[in-house]
Amino acid sequence: MEWEAVIGLETHVQLLTKSKIFSGASTAYGAEPNTQACAVDLGLPGVLPVLNREAVRLAVKLGLAIGATIQPRSVFARKNYFYPDLPKGYQISQYELPIVSDGRLEILPEGAAAKTVTIVRAHLEEDAGKSLHEDFHGMSGIDLNRAGTPLLEIVTAPDLRSAAEAVAYLKKLHTLVRYLEVSDGNMQEGSFRCDANVSVRPRGHEKLGTRTELKNLNSFRFVERAIEFEIERQIEVLEGGGTIAQETRLYDPDRHETRSMRSKEEAYDYRYFPDPDLLPVVLDEAFIEAVRGTLPELPDARRERFARDYGLSAYEAEVLTASRELADYYEEAVRASGNAKLSAHFVMGDILGALNKEGREISAAPVGPALLGGLIRRIDDNTISGKLAKQVFESMWAGEGDADAVIAKKGLRQITDSGAIEQAVDQVLAANPQQVEQFRAGKDKVLGFLVGQIMKATQGKANPAQVNELLLKKLKG
Amino acid sequence: MHSKTIAELSADLRARRVSSLELTRHFLDRVSRLDPGLNAFVSVTPEQAIAAAGAADRRLAAGDAGPLTGIPIAHKDLFCTRGVKTSCGSRMLDNFIAPYDATVVERLSQAGVVMLGKTNMDEFAMGSSNETSWYGPVCNPWDRARVPGGSSGGSAAAVAARLAPAATGTDTGGSIRQPAALCGLTGLKPTYGRVSRYGMIAFASSLDQSGPIATSAEDAALLLTAMAGFDPRDSTSLEHPVPDYRAQLDETAVAGLTIGLPREYFGDGLDPGVARAVEEAIAVYRRLGANVVEISLPNSALAVPTYYVVAPAECSSNLSRFDGVRFGYRCDEPRNLLDLYERSRGEGFGAEVKRRIMIGTYVLSAGYYDAYYLKAQRLRRLISEDFRRAFAEVDVILGPTAPTTAFPLGAKQDDPLTMYLCDIYTIAVNLAGLPALSLPCGLAGGLPVGLQLIGDYFDDGRLLGLAHAYQRETDWHRRIPPGYE
Repeated sequence: MEWEAVIGLETHVQLLTKSKIFSGASTAYGAEPNTQACAVDLGLPGVLPVLNREAVRLAVKLGLAIGATIQPRSVFARKNYFYPDLPKGYQISQYELPIVSDGRLEILPEGAAAKTVTIVRAHLEEDAGKSLHEDFHGMSGIDLNRAGTPLLEIVTAPDLRSAAEAVAYLKKLHTLVRYLEVSDGNMQEGSFRCDANVSVRPRGHEKLGTRTELKNLNSFRFVERAIEFEIERQIEVLEGGGTIAQETRLYDPDRHETRSMRSKEEAYDYRYFPDPDLLPVVLDEAFIEAVRGTLPELPDARRERFARDYGLSAYEAEVLTASRELADYYEEAVRASGNAKLSAHFVMGDILGALNKEGREISAAPVGPALLGGLIRRIDDNTISGKLAKQVFESMWAGEGDADAVIAKKGLRQITDSGAIEQAVDQVLAANPQQVEQFRAGKDKVLGFLVGQIMKATQGKANPAQVNELLLKKLKG
Repeated sequence: MHSKTIAELSADLRARRVSSLELTRHFLDRVSRLDPGLNAFVSVTPEQAIAAAGAADRRLAAGDAGPLTGIPIAHKDLFCTRGVKTSCGSRMLDNFIAPYDATVVERLSQAGVVMLGKTNMDEFAMGSSNETSWYGPVCNPWDRARVPGGSSGGSAAAVAARLAPAATGTDTGGSIRQPAALCGLTGLKPTYGRVSRYGMIAFASSLDQSGPIATSAEDAALLLTAMAGFDPRDSTSLEHPVPDYRAQLDETAVAGLTIGLPREYFGDGLDPGVARAVEEAIAVYRRLGANVVEISLPNSALAVPTYYVVAPAECSSNLSRFDGVRFGYRCDEPRNLLDLYERSRGEGFGAEVKRRIMIGTYVLSAGYYDAYYLKAQRLRRLISEDFRRAFAEVDVILGPTAPTTAFPLGAKQDDPLTMYLCDIYTIAVNLAGLPALSLPCGLAGGLPVGLQLIGDYFDDGRLLGLAHAYQRETDWHRRIPPGYE
């Protein structure tokens, strides 16, 4: 039987606010344990939550960017359960009435057709603290620095059909939240976390299979591997005549498997009810429109504009808009060089290649867009050949100055004096009579060899177009 | 000295007829002599009190004093007080030293009051007799074999016995008004949102409201003026201007006011002695020129059952933070996490608190939420609607505060349902969020009777004015329990 996977994703995005969602404590990452938890975060007796306006603004911003409905009235509820890193014994989260509903995100999975993913809802909530199970001699330590950090939980419909689609969606969402400056999207620090609901059904069937929820998917690779593993596992169970238990499963990246964490019967009854300490969040049109006014050009729009205005292929436009920083870099390089095609060529090739090799971000590139533009201008004005440009670029990357300085220092200026080129051509023709014979006998291939010889004789500095022109004239003449 | 009101003591302090230090020492002395027979205090804080009195005297000398500067008071042990044990009447918090001051405590301190100590209360404010406290029951100064009412029983007993000129209380279903009634005092539960809840240990967040317990309406007005006002730390506090409530007292004209008597508050179960005293009070208001009409609050009978869904639901969640992990009671040698939770909470909470946590957990559970919690919310709206309709016809609603006078210690302890009916006239007010006040209106069998005035939203000042008008005509509020003169 042929099986089809059905996947829905819940993504927790940490919002880029200075202070926590219900207190004034800092959200900065990496402080000493329990130094960024105030009385409210500790859940001390008598304290009360006060909603952070900035968290609301960021949620609305994301909502507008995915074409969602911004609810004029949303309500915080309490999700009740006991855990040592949950100080109040409940998490404040939006439940029945979320702030954002019914949005969509278009994805372009590699080698597949574009697809629109429905985002059912996005709701605000507070994060819990962290339990530390090592280094405490059989006991657990609690770090409440993270408690109360604002999160936006973004929930898709079960629209995804493969691990690759799931990853394409997540990457798209990741790009978007960083574009919007809604989140730093840092996955190592837990600013972008994902749970996946996975089921399988015979292809062509309407009815959904029993789903499992996968947790602990904290990198794109883990998402892909965990979902792939889980799909295979479910198919194997079903083909072996078994049934899928509705349960929560944890992904273990070391052993590359998912294993049962708790069954449906063990699922918590969270006893949600509206939090009486907080008023409903009421948003008026003016507030929503003010937030809309702060939206930057969105990745999809930018991609289309790049393709249209810069004459890029769909693929090039996609790569160059993968992050706001990269797209900004590219546009600045275009402005500095006046050559969109060559800028794309350099950014996607040399720049991304070098960054990749060194594990650096575009913001840390030693060759900035203005410097790159300077190099491209020297190609355009025939000061250097494209081939030598690579050498110049490497020197610039190594910090040896701008393009003009490197060209001067290394004497790489292109030879465009036709007298000098003609001299080199004559020398090469005289030294290679056999190849000249072969060419005249119709063997065109030797032309490349002769060009190579001429370039070698000029240390690569001869203008290749001129070399070609002169060489052909002499051979045919 | 202790038979005077705050208004009188304030005048004495400003005229330098007495110092705050003398006053404070006098009341501390009364606490140490008389409280052993009452158990009204959980903590007495003489050192802080002396220091605060000294500071108040310097302010008085510098001419920088307000009407409350140098006045000793007591705080219910439910308000967080920095550096002082804040137990909430529970073993769970017997070891809890609050690291911050509640907004009410902070505001009163800024006004210059001197805290004498923290008063006993029903555990987590759950009770109507002050018998659920981990620190033992409080006795009613009018008859030490009887209860003072609850949950602010310690505050009421302390003020009635003149161990403090006034005290703070909190009222979730009657916890200021009912003990004020049973101890012969004036107690106000303000409009919900009038006073900040920040630093009050929550029982039921949508119902809790703190207010003053004093010997007169004038004193209650002085205290409320200092306590009330918007607090950015409490999202449910209201941005509504705070008047000088004392200055407004004389502006409230009784003549021409329409007072409504809900027939549901005068039916079966009302003690005849209480009914008689209330009737006499009505006659006083008539004499002052009020129109008195009968009204109906048809959903009154739903108030107690509605309350006993809403309040436990909220408390079951509010009290989850007491888990033995970060503060408060932790059981000895927990074997694992579950054992830590079960024994810390099992040993740290008393029976009534556990009963309400269980009820609340049940009514919020999957499958029961609609039938109980949601239904209770609908009934709550019906009850509010009753009042809205009533206030379209009348200016104020009047009735008894409690169906009986103070009952003997232990009489209802084993019968929670009977105990819950002590609040039958007070609970609806909390569900609607309205202000209400209890003032003494007579004695029945030698025990005080409380008269309840219920106002429309933000009519706190009008209630105080009406009570003040009554207290100018009568002297019930000046009666001191025998033995405490």
